[in-house]
Amino acid sequence: MKILVPVKRVIDYNVKPRVKADGTGVDLANVKMSMNPFDEIAVEEAIRLKEKGVATEVVAVSIGVAKAQETLRTALAMGADRAILIQTDDEVEPLGVAKLLAKVQEEEGAGLIILGKQAIDDDSNQTGQMLAALLGLAQGTFASKIEVEGDSVSVTREVDGGLETVKLSTPAIITTDLRLNEPRYASLPNIMKAKSKPLATKAPADYGVDITPRLTTLKVAEPPKRSAGVKVADVDELVAKLKAMGVAA
Amino acid sequence: MKTLVWVEHEGGAVKDATLSAVTAASKLGEVHLLVAGEGVSGVAEAAAKIAGVGKVHVADDSAFGHALAENVAPLIVELMGHHDAFVAPATSNGKNIAPRVAALLDVMQLSDILSVESADTFTRPIYAGNAIATVQSKDAKLVMTVRGTAFEKAASEGGAGAVEAVASTGDKGISSFVSAEIAKLERPELTSAKIIVSGGRALKDSETFEATIFPLADKLGAAVGASRAAVDAGYVPNDYQVGQTGKIVAPEVYVAIGISGAIQHLAGMKDSKTIIAINKDEDAPIFQVADIGLVGDLFKVVPELTEKL
Ligand SMILES: Cc1cc2nc3c(=O)[nH]c(=O)nc-3n(C[C@H](O)[C@H](O)[C@H](O)COP(=O)(O)OP(=O)(O)OC[C@H]3O[C@@H](n4cnc5c(N)ncnc54)[C@H](O)[C@@H]3O)c2cc1C
Ligand SMILES: Nc1ncnc2c1ncn2[C@@H]1O[C@H](COP(=O)(O)O)[C@@H](O)[C@H]1O
Repeated sequence: MKILVPVKRVIDYNVKPRVKADGTGVDLANVKMSMNPFDEIAVEEAIRLKEKGVATEVVAVSIGVAKAQETLRTALAMGADRAILIQTDDEVEPLGVAKLLAKVQEEEGAGLIILGKQAIDDDSNQTGQMLAALLGLAQGTFASKIEVEGDSVSVTREVDGGLETVKLSTPAIITTDLRLNEPRYASLPNIMKAKSKPLATKAPADYGVDITPRLTTLKVAEPPKRSAGVKVADVDELVAKLKAMGVAA
Repeated sequence: MKTLVWVEHEGGAVKDATLSAVTAASKLGEVHLLVAGEGVSGVAEAAAKIAGVGKVHVADDSAFGHALAENVAPLIVELMGHHDAFVAPATSNGKNIAPRVAALLDVMQLSDILSVESADTFTRPIYAGNAIATVQSKDAKLVMTVRGTAFEKAASEGGAGAVEAVASTGDKGISSFVSAEIAKLERPELTSAKIIVSGGRALKDSETFEATIFPLADKLGAAVGASRAAVDAGYVPNDYQVGQTGKIVAPEVYVAIGISGAIQHLAGMKDSKTIIAINKDEDAPIFQVADIGLVGDLFKVVPELTEKL
């Protein structure tokens, strides 16, 4: 079984995003970029399934600027077998990404496609569900456990009240939640090896998909700022404050 | 504009997040609801009483019993033939279903909206809430999820919607529900609680978390939350997590105990009315957003606070 893992290059999660003064977006100049954390979890899960003998090949796919190659090389260094970059300087929305990925799946015929549940830049939480819809496949979103059993897969999902397990026919779409696994660090020898693994570069036009954005961002602003309040010296003072607020009797 | 709102329900009752979604939808025009599930006539009756609701579509079928997106999305798409917008609460079920609907309709979803600016323009958080984008949709139909804390809840009484049965679109046969481990809550639910007491990594283990955080929460009648670090370490279950990728909360009072204040945690609670932080590190980032801060060892301070309340 082949596994497809879409990975997105995003602002590193340790960086505090700064809104540009002209209100057109977030300043990404000279900012550290990394693989979306949920996608690292997706890559890790795919590699573990390969190590268990469930999967035979892991293919990483990214849609984005030329530098998204670095993100794909990270996936290859972690253990993916080959990579596909669909290169574009345009911003591609989740619907466009899902349409491109659907075309990739038509060519690849993977048994599982594992995505992150959410990209930490647009915080959309859509692409996996959209891809499942376009392909007419089952979706196991927010996964914290995956078990492949013959031609179905059992997915434990993190939901509002706790956990839920669903059984999906394969091929299926899965999106990862934080507690699915802890991604490995690529070792130096593997980083070196990754340099010679195959990485194909394509263009959106190769897939004949219209990726014109549907949404226009009119403005990006900073959220209302909270200012630091007061420090209290001890518990008695805190109790007094709580009483004054009517929180405690 | 005619808007269809997906009603989230549990144990025969409409969930609060739906009421916020109704408020958002009512800013667009006429509001219709969809109640899908198994044995849901009581839910439909309750839904019809929500203030401002025009029509309630009811689809009663075992295929909709566990809100499986594969089965519910085609039903919604069918109804979207005569609606202009689809709205779901940004809960785990809403987030699971809505994008599937959007793709089937070939429209781009607006996730987690914070406000309705006009019939096609909305605000939404990006970058863990470190930026707020104003976005305009060019699609023929709208699909969106609504952040519960950003909209008042519609009154659950006072409406007189007409209940109308709709034909089931059936079971697509590609997914099935197996089991659920849903924690029984002894305390208020996080997303609707007035007061929340949250614990972080500093709480050491589940016994210590329970012995330290629970008594304070109970004194205050509060819900209990946690940071990702506390959940990952197994102190409490996953549904306690507050943050960018956990629950978004905005209570009257949020008490953060032994939580450093990473941006991903702040993303889930910084709209709380009053934030109180207890941390032994006076430079912890949480103090930059806290209205009231107490620097000290939580293992001394929290029991004393519980005692004195
Ligand atoms: C993609 C992604 C998504 C994430 N989503 C979330 C999310 O939704 N929610 C979330 O919370 N995090 C999330 N995180 C994790 C986040 O980055 C932080 O790692 C996490 O919030 C830290 O939890 P913490 O504050 O409990 O632990 P720490 O950062 O370790 O802080 C512990 C704090 O306890 C204090 N302390 C220690 N001992 C005592 C004592 N005896 N008395 C008083 N204070 C003490 C310390 O001074 C410190 O400030 C996410 C991370 C990533 C990469
Ligand atoms: N440009 C992209 N290239 C590859 N994968 C992507 C891209 N955008 C989104 N994805 C995948 O879709 C997931 C969810 O993204 P989103 O719907 O934008 O929150 C991510 O975690 C990735 O796995």
